[in-house]
Amino acid sequence: MNKKFTKPKSMKDVTTHYCSGCGHGIIHRLICEVIDELDVRENTVAIAPVGCAVLAYDYWDFDTMEAAHGRTPAVATAVKRVLPDRLVFTYQGDGDLAAIGTAEIIHAGNRGENFSVIFVNNGVYGMTGGQMAPTTLLGQTTATSQFTRRAEKEGFPLKILEMMAILPGVVYLERTSLYSIKEILQTKKAIKKAFQSQLDKKGFSMVEVISPCPTYWGLSPVKAMERIEKEVVKEYPLGVVKELAG
Amino acid sequence: MKKRYLSTGNEACGEGAIRAGCRFYAGYPITPQNELIAYMSRRMEEVNGIFIQSESELSAINMVFGAAAAGVRAMTSSSSPGISLKQEGISYLAACELPAVIVNVMRGGPGLGNIAPSQSDYFQAVKGGGHGDYRLIVLAPATIQEMFDFTYESFALADKYRIPVMILADGMLGQMMEPLEFDEDIQPSGIVEKPWVMTGAKARPGGSIKSLFLKGDSLEQHNEALQEKYRNITNNEKRSETYKAAGADIIIVSYGTIYRIACSCVDKLRQNGIKAGAFRPITLWPFPSEEIKSTAKKNTQILVVEMSAGQMVEDVRLAIQDDERIKFLGRMGGGIPSEEEIVKEVNRLVGECRRGDPCVLS
Repeated sequence: MNKKFTKPKSMKDVTTHYCSGCGHGIIHRLICEVIDELDVRENTVAIAPVGCAVLAYDYWDFDTMEAAHGRTPAVATAVKRVLPDRLVFTYQGDGDLAAIGTAEIIHAGNRGENFSVIFVNNGVYGMTGGQMAPTTLLGQTTATSQFTRRAEKEGFPLKILEMMAILPGVVYLERTSLYSIKEILQTKKAIKKAFQSQLDKKGFSMVEVISPCPTYWGLSPVKAMERIEKEVVKEYPLGVVKELAG
Repeated sequence: MKKRYLSTGNEACGEGAIRAGCRFYAGYPITPQNELIAYMSRRMEEVNGIFIQSESELSAINMVFGAAAAGVRAMTSSSSPGISLKQEGISYLAACELPAVIVNVMRGGPGLGNIAPSQSDYFQAVKGGGHGDYRLIVLAPATIQEMFDFTYESFALADKYRIPVMILADGMLGQMMEPLEFDEDIQPSGIVEKPWVMTGAKARPGGSIKSLFLKGDSLEQHNEALQEKYRNITNNEKRSETYKAAGADIIIVSYGTIYRIACSCVDKLRQNGIKAGAFRPITLWPFPSEEIKSTAKKNTQILVVEMSAGQMVEDVRLAIQDDERIKFLGRMGGGIPSEEEIVKEVNRLVGECRRGDPCVLS
């Protein structure tokens, strides 16, 4: 077999600004591969978050717009309602989605908006310097939890998918990770399933990807992946959280 | 064919939007603009438009952002506290140069205030209530007919300049009923091509709509371009009107509802031999500075009347550059200046002027 490594058609041939070992680059690529396979590049409108992935439009070669911090699902709601035959997805980090944008994501899900969400959970605010996120693990040290995250003071890690699962308008929820080739392939499968479910007009879909942030975890890229496998997935179990038939 | 209706201002505003081709509305309930969101929930359905009652004002304005980016004429409405919440989104709309219409049916503030008419959001509307150097075109209707007309026109202005336009009304205009007349066959005006919309990159590279400019002086350049646009608007879109202002000794300057009271004061004062006139900025931004300056000739006294502690009066001072001639009368917290109050104040000022110098009355 003589396979040549190439960039997906939907991905611009540029170097990203991401730190080494960051998960965003992998997830960006998986999205582009799926868009190519579904042949929807010309019919895609993405909404980028505020956070590390704000510059996604520099890397994706399809229409992408910014939204104010956390308002991403509100913007996506309108775009999808105006353009019901386009593939519309938001790409959001845990600050954007699980903190400042909690209201927007819950209500978009509850309205059963027919767009997809790629939720990148790396447990910290990367762009601003590694502060505590709602998803930060108990016992984890960050720039704003310097005595570690303690339940009695900082509350518990927020499980967004499990919260979303009770909403009738939400049709597909899966949590995946990137710590192995197998997990990366599973992430791609989940993204494809979410996008396909949207194209089939089924309703709201979300894939939460447990992603590494070696820089603000203070770990090497390899150790960061190991941490996900050994620690993080214990708090955030992988797998399908919800899938409505039909 | 023109038809005549009896309408509230809120509903006239909604119908003006529908007739302008607005097909996306997102809003959140707040008094005194509730008739508008209710009206839109019905009318959008009837015209195959999109109506969303959002979970918050923040969400509503960002839905308008998404709808505008997708190319449809879009609007949201609220009242003062809700407009404060929308400021973040308004800044982003301005930064991304997205056309949209925002209606503020002002109520008394600050804070939760009350639900009575007010004009205390003037600064917020014309000076930029959100962050950054930006402007909105701000139109101030004074009648129910203008609630319809200005809203109708605002969509063409928004599209022409790729700018958010604000309709700055007050609780009185929102709730009051008056005759409304418009052509049954009126069609949307000022429809323009929008090559910048995000609808999928068909046979072209991926596009973006963004307000982040990190590299070099790109943000400064973006701001220069915005300011150039604002200068262009200032040169072309200023609107104002006067009432018996030619040769007047004293001019009452006011906008919106208060202008109507000012005009009847002018008639009363003239019956008593006082040569009074009225001036009304229709666009609060761009502010008709030259127009007010040329109306209020040297020695003409000016009384600015507002339902606020004195906000527009600052722009009048900037325009006239002669603070001695400019006096202010305001009511706050939902108080409405009455004819009697205004006439009394004019009489007092005229009396003062007749006694002493710097203001010479003919």
